[in-house]
Amino acid sequence: MIDKSPLVEMDKGPSPVGVARRVAPTLSRPIKLRLAGVSKAFRSANGTTTLALQDINFEVREGEFVCILGPSGCGKTTLLNIIAGLDRAGCGDVLCNGRRVKGPGMDRIVMFQESVLFPWLTARKNIEIGLKSRGLSREARRVRAMDFLRLVHLTKFADAHPHELSGGMRQRVALARSLAMDPEILLMDEPFTALDAQTRWILHYELQNIWEKTGKTVVFVTHNIREAVCLADRVIVLSSRPGRIKREYKIDLPRPRDDGSVEVAALSREIMEILRDEIEKVMKEELDEGSCKECDVKCVGVTPDGRPSKTVGAG
Amino acid sequence: MVPRKTTLPKKGLALNPGGSGPAKAHTKKPTPWKNYLAKFGFYAGIVGIWELVCLLHIWPPHILPSPVSVAQTLYTGFEDKSLLIGIGVSMQRLVIGYSISVVLGVTIGLFLGRIKYLEHSLGSAVLGIQTLPSICWVPVATLWFGSGQVAIAFVVVIGSLFVIIISTQDGVKHIPPLLVKNARLLGIEGWRLYWEVILPGALPAIVTGMKLGWSFAWRSLMGAELLFATLGLGHLLNQGRVANDTSLLFAVMVVIVIIGLLVDHLIFATVERSIKRRWGLLVEEH
Ligand SMILES: Nc1ncnc2c1ncn2[C@@H]1O[C@H](COP(=O)(O)OP(=O)(O)O)[C@@H](O)[C@H]1O
Ligand SMILES: [Mg+2]
Repeated sequence: MIDKSPLVEMDKGPSPVGVARRVAPTLSRPIKLRLAGVSKAFRSANGTTTLALQDINFEVREGEFVCILGPSGCGKTTLLNIIAGLDRAGCGDVLCNGRRVKGPGMDRIVMFQESVLFPWLTARKNIEIGLKSRGLSREARRVRAMDFLRLVHLTKFADAHPHELSGGMRQRVALARSLAMDPEILLMDEPFTALDAQTRWILHYELQNIWEKTGKTVVFVTHNIREAVCLADRVIVLSSRPGRIKREYKIDLPRPRDDGSVEVAALSREIMEILRDEIEKVMKEELDEGSCKECDVKCVGVTPDGRPSKTVGAG
Repeated sequence: MVPRKTTLPKKGLALNPGGSGPAKAHTKKPTPWKNYLAKFGFYAGIVGIWELVCLLHIWPPHILPSPVSVAQTLYTGFEDKSLLIGIGVSMQRLVIGYSISVVLGVTIGLFLGRIKYLEHSLGSAVLGIQTLPSICWVPVATLWFGSGQVAIAFVVVIGSLFVIIISTQDGVKHIPPLLVKNARLLGIEGWRLYWEVILPGALPAIVTGMKLGWSFAWRSLMGAELLFATLGLGHLLNQGRVANDTSLLFAVMVVIVIIGLLVDHLIFATVERSIKRRWGLLVEEH
């Protein structure tokens, strides 16, 4: 079951899911992921608690590409970790395929911002090590790993170690590994943020192609508005800390989209307007925590809800 | 190029890519064979001075034997096989004790690095015991195990175990947490996690620990052999002392140093370098 599904679709060119997406409305597809009332607070060493996420509710349907967009520090990574089962929600439920998420599982694979390839393994072995957990035979692992390396155009580097690859190549291998695991949901935490603009641009194209071929359900987290507009079916905008859902956008632009195109730019500007006051809040908070003493006084009144005013006194 | 240099003398020079030329030449390393030649010259000089001092008869030969007589002792030692047997016996003891130590040390170290409770309890005990020089275990070892092979193995294990444990534990602690998290997402758990992620992740540190452990084992062995063992290089040293044979002492010491250097440079340095290169920890030098 595992070793075939996406590969078969890949070989047929545009996948049934990809085609169906245009024809059938998203709403008719089954719900893959549902978050209900998810909140999360962190308690720091000195006893203060930081509310990272507050009352997050959303659903992701099968084959959907959802971007979660928010300023840095708003709790995006926390949210993704909760969905992955690496972290526990303070309250609320996360349901994957209708089952409550209790811990990490191979149905939800995360692709992180920095490459987490095993440095002692070659690109191919890095993919194979995950497939071993799926119970594939040695030969099947090898074939499947090469198939997915082909998908990200890296067959030539199958036997290279991660330190011999560029940052973009490493993220491609990580993408190939995540896809080879054939997860129900692919979770991506700013996977291209550390890359240079050109590489990111190419990978945006490739990711769109790959997604159309495989029809995976993707939850993609980013602080980059254009990236979100360029990739997503739906963009969920989070407020600054504590992260709450501020707005949702449906993006109906045809694919593949170019993150420099006029349409993407126009939509990005629209979202930027919404996000602007959130970003301003973050900037004010950052000033708050900085050494600027006079600013502190002015900022107190403006400080958004979540921040206890005692940090101001401490700084 | 030229007018710019004259108009902007300081900045222009600093920014000029040509300016980095001499700096590059400066950081360039001398070629290896030059290195070896310099080293060889140094040691030849030392031996030469040693021989000269002996020729001056400042000290009698039973205090300071000449290099020539040490070389002769080495030669006869290899000819009548007494040195060969000594080396063989010592190496055999070393390999037995050291193997036990590596297996135990790496296993314990892996668990210490992963399990918080063990780290706080057993880990602190390890740090404490480790401060005890291994030779201090000799009396206990002879009481517990007599003065046979077991006692020697015990001293060797005790001498090298702790540094291997500590290095392994340290290596495990320094595996990026995200790597372990990711392994769990990829369904790598239980024994597979230890065998396929934690162990290779800590391997560079483990090899460093094994290298240190080897030299600790070697020292402990010599100490133990000197004090209570029959046969072996340490025992030969003891014989030399009893027989007032200083050139035998020097010959055995030379053998001990050479074995130490050979294993360190040929085996451990090579293994360490190749692992670090493969793990991407070594910046390639051009
Ligand atoms: N383990 C933790 N302990 C305490 N605070 C945390 C922890 N992880 C995250 N936070 C806090 O939660 C907030 C959200 O963090 P994060 O999810 O990493 O944001 P993002 O990924 O959107 O940049 C931040 O203010 C951060 O300081
Ligand atoms: Mg983040």
